[in-house]
Amino acid sequence: MADALRTKLTGLTILVLVFGFLYLPIAVLVLLSFNASGLPTTWSGFSLRWYVSLANNSDILHAAWNTLVVAIFATLIATVLGTMLAIGMETRKRKSTALEALAFAPMVIPDIVLAVALLTLFSRLNVTMGLPTIIISHVIFDLAFVCSVVRARLKNFDFSIVEASRDLGASPFTTFWRITFPVLLPAIIAGALLAFTLSVDEFIIAFFTSGAGRSSITLPMQIYSMIRFGVTPEINALATIVMGVSAAALLLSQWLNKEQMTR
Amino acid sequence: MNTSFKAPVLAVDNVVKRFGKTIAVNGLSLDIRENEFFALLGPSGCGKTTLLRMIAGFEVPDEGRIRLAGNDITGQAPEKRPLNLMFQSYALFPHMTVRQNLAYGLEMERLAKPEISARVEEMLKTTDLQALAERKPAELSGGQKQRVALARALIKRPKVLLLDEPLGALDKKLREKMQLELKRLQHEVGITFIIVTHDQEEALVMADRVAVLKDGCILQCGTPEEVYERPANRFVAGFIGVMNFIEGEIGDDAIFRAAGETLACDTAGLKSNAKAVLAVRPENITLKPSGSGIAGTVVDAAYHGLDRQLYVKTALSAVPLQVRVAASGAAVVQTGAAVTLGFDAAACRIFQD
Repeated sequence: MADALRTKLTGLTILVLVFGFLYLPIAVLVLLSFNASGLPTTWSGFSLRWYVSLANNSDILHAAWNTLVVAIFATLIATVLGTMLAIGMETRKRKSTALEALAFAPMVIPDIVLAVALLTLFSRLNVTMGLPTIIISHVIFDLAFVCSVVRARLKNFDFSIVEASRDLGASPFTTFWRITFPVLLPAIIAGALLAFTLSVDEFIIAFFTSGAGRSSITLPMQIYSMIRFGVTPEINALATIVMGVSAAALLLSQWLNKEQMTR
Repeated sequence: MNTSFKAPVLAVDNVVKRFGKTIAVNGLSLDIRENEFFALLGPSGCGKTTLLRMIAGFEVPDEGRIRLAGNDITGQAPEKRPLNLMFQSYALFPHMTVRQNLAYGLEMERLAKPEISARVEEMLKTTDLQALAERKPAELSGGQKQRVALARALIKRPKVLLLDEPLGALDKKLREKMQLELKRLQHEVGITFIIVTHDQEEALVMADRVAVLKDGCILQCGTPEEVYERPANRFVAGFIGVMNFIEGEIGDDAIFRAAGETLACDTAGLKSNAKAVLAVRPENITLKPSGSGIAGTVVDAAYHGLDRQLYVKTALSAVPLQVRVAASGAAVVQTGAAVTLGFDAAACRIFQD
C-alpha cells in the first residue's frame, strides 16, 4: 500500500516537473503581460495597459495584418493543393515510396535550409520579394502538413462509397462534392488549422523571403526587431495574443481529428 | 420456375480481363434471363467479383462485350448503366441518414422532390426501415445496414441488381433469415438479381440458376438441382455439398473397380481401361445387412439432429466415407462397429478429368 502510494507520488512529481519545465516560461510571460509595472522584477497589480498600447502601435498592427494575410492565403492554397495531393496519392493503385518521401520532406527539411534555398531561387528569378513570396514559401511546408493530416484520414476511408455514388448515378464531379468532400471535411479543416498555426508564427522563412524594407514584415519579425531594444511588456502582450490564437487553432484542429476518429 | 424461354436481359460475351500477368476472367460467356435469381458461385480468386465489377462498370474488359437489354454497355461509365450494385461492405454514406442515403440515387435522376420523398417512403416501408429513417449508418446494426444497402440499390428500379456477397458479414441465423427475405423481395419487385457468393448453400437456397466458376471460367451453369445432382466435373462435385470420392479405374469391360471391388455405375461415354474417380453423396450410401456390400468400420459419428453423419473406413479410399443415416434409425451405430455399405448406383457419378 505504502509502496503503491510512493510510486504514485513519484510519478506525479515527475509529471509536475516536466510540465513545469515546458510551460513555466510561457506562464511567466503571460503573467508579466498583465503586469501594471514595466519592470519584470516587480508586480504592481493587474493591468491591460500593455494591450492598449499594443493596439495603438501602428507598426505592430501593420505586422499583424501582414501575418494574417500571409497565413490566410498560404492556408487556403495549401489546403486545396494538399487535399488534392493526398487524394491523388491514396487513390493511386501503385504506391510509391519515393512520392511519399517527397510529399513528406518539407516537414523535416530544416527551415533555414528551405529559407536559403527559396531566397536563392527568388533572387535568381529576379522576383521582387514581399508578401506574395512569403505566401508561396509558406505554402511549401503548409502543404506537406495538410497532405499528411488528410492522408491519415484517407487511410481508413472506405473507397467503396465513392463507387457506390457512381453506381447510383452520380458523375465523378458530383461524387466528389457530395460524398468524398463532406466525409473528408473534418480532416481538411484540421489540416487547414494546423497550416494556419504554423504560418502565423513562422519566422525564418518569412524573414528570408520578405524582401527589403519594412512593408512586408510579419509579427514574428516585428517581435524580433523590437526585442533588440530590450524586452518590453508590450512584447509579452503581443506574444500572449499570438500564442492564444495558435493554441486555439491547434486545439480546434485536434478536437476535429478526434471527433472524426470516434465516428 | 419455368424461365427457359425468356430473352436474356444481360449477355456476357467472351469476356476476358487480365490484371498484369494474371487472368481474372478468361473468355467467359453468360446469358442471364429476365426476372431470374442468378448466382455466381466459386472459391475466392475465381473471378466472380471481377465479373460483377465489369457488369457494374468499375472494370473494363480487355476483350469481349457486355450487353444489357440489347444495348452494348461494355465501355459505359457506371453512373450511366441502368443497373445497381449492392456492395459487400454496404458502402453506406456515413454522413447521411438512412432517408438521405435512399434519396441520393433518385436525386441523381433529377426527379421532382415530391416523387423522391414518395418513393423513399414506399421503399422504407417495403424494407421495414421506417423506424430507422433518421439514423446515421454508424447507429445501425449489421443486418439493418444490409437492408439499407439493399433498399438504396432497389429504389432506383434497376433492370438488374448485382449483389456482392450480400450476406457475408451477417451471423448464421440472420443469414438464413435474409436468404429467404432476399428471395421474397426479388419476387415482389420483379427485378433480375445476380448474386456473387462463395457459399454454395446460399446459392442453392436462393438462386434459380447457378454458375460455378473456377480460374475465370464457368465450369457448370444450371439449376441448383442440376449442379447438385449432376455435377459436370470433379471440382463442381466437390465444391457443392459434401461428396465422397473413390479413386479407381474403368476396365476393358467398362466396369468401374476400386480396390478390387466392383461398383455398379453407368460408365457410358467414358474411356475404358483408364483411371477414373467415382463420386457419391453421403445420402446415397446406405447401411445394408452384412455380406452383400462393401465392408467397413465406423470410425466416427456426428449427430446433427435430423440425421447422423457416419465416417466409415473401407478399403476403397484413404479418407473415411461419409454416410448419412436417419438419426432415429432402429439401431444406433456405435463407433468401432463393423458395417456393410451399399451405393445407390443411379446417383453415383464417374469423372475422368
